[in-house]
Amino acid sequence: MAKSKPRVKVPKTAAVGEVITIKTLISHKMESGLRKGKDGNLVPRQIINRFTAEFEGQQIFAVDIDPAISANPFLEFTMKVPGPGEFTFTWVDDDGSVYTKKSKLKIG
Amino acid sequence: MKLNRRQALALGAGALFVTLTPFRGGALASTADEEIKAFTGGATVMEDDIVSLTAPEIAENGNTVPIGVSVDSPMTSDNYVRRVRILADGNPRAAVATMHFSPLSGSAEANTRMRLAKTQNIIAIAELSDGTYHMAKAAVKVTIGGCGG
Repeated sequence: MAKSKPRVKVPKTAAVGEVITIKTLISHKMESGLRKGKDGNLVPRQIINRFTAEFEGQQIFAVDIDPAISANPFLEFTMKVPGPGEFTFTWVDDDGSVYTKKSKLKIG
Repeated sequence: MKLNRRQALALGAGALFVTLTPFRGGALASTADEEIKAFTGGATVMEDDIVSLTAPEIAENGNTVPIGVSVDSPMTSDNYVRRVRILADGNPRAAVATMHFSPLSGSAEANTRMRLAKTQNIIAIAELSDGTYHMAKAAVKVTIGGCGG
């Protein structure tokens, strides 16, 4: 399949103590392992099984994902801004691939 | 070996019992219960207003059903939501996702999109930092199931 492309929507600036909303999406077929292909055999499972969001090395939010999450998994969550810093978003694929995306946050 | 009438009847009844057994008691419903037990370790789950689960009443396409979870919590370092388990009791596998929150989350709110095979209940169970468990349920009617063919 085409290489998975992560996308993140996060504010560039925020005030300390503000609760900001973060939206993430990664293109991925999320093959459940329960579906039969054209040949009548089960298509092997391949999903994104774990997502983590960190800010300056501290975990904000993480999800253990099961096959019931839709293709192109979308996640929206919040963070209370502790100060300026950098986000690291990580997606782990069943095949061992790890996709990461970083984003900086300024106080303003 | 020759069977007399009584033995033949017993054999038939036994075969019938074996065939029917897997379908008794709702094999699918029990997986959601098993997942709940695995998540809580058998602790009491309170069905109260702390957790709210938003899902559409009718989902036209079971492949992407938007759902949202929100837990009423101050999200401070001594009182926050640790985890939220999402389950779907009518899917081939009940497990959907486990969300891990932290005091840095600011609020215990998250949205995602999930698959639903058929009309069923979605269940969200929150584990708070004080060790209590709270549950919310939402029924969703599904027009086209989302598990492929």
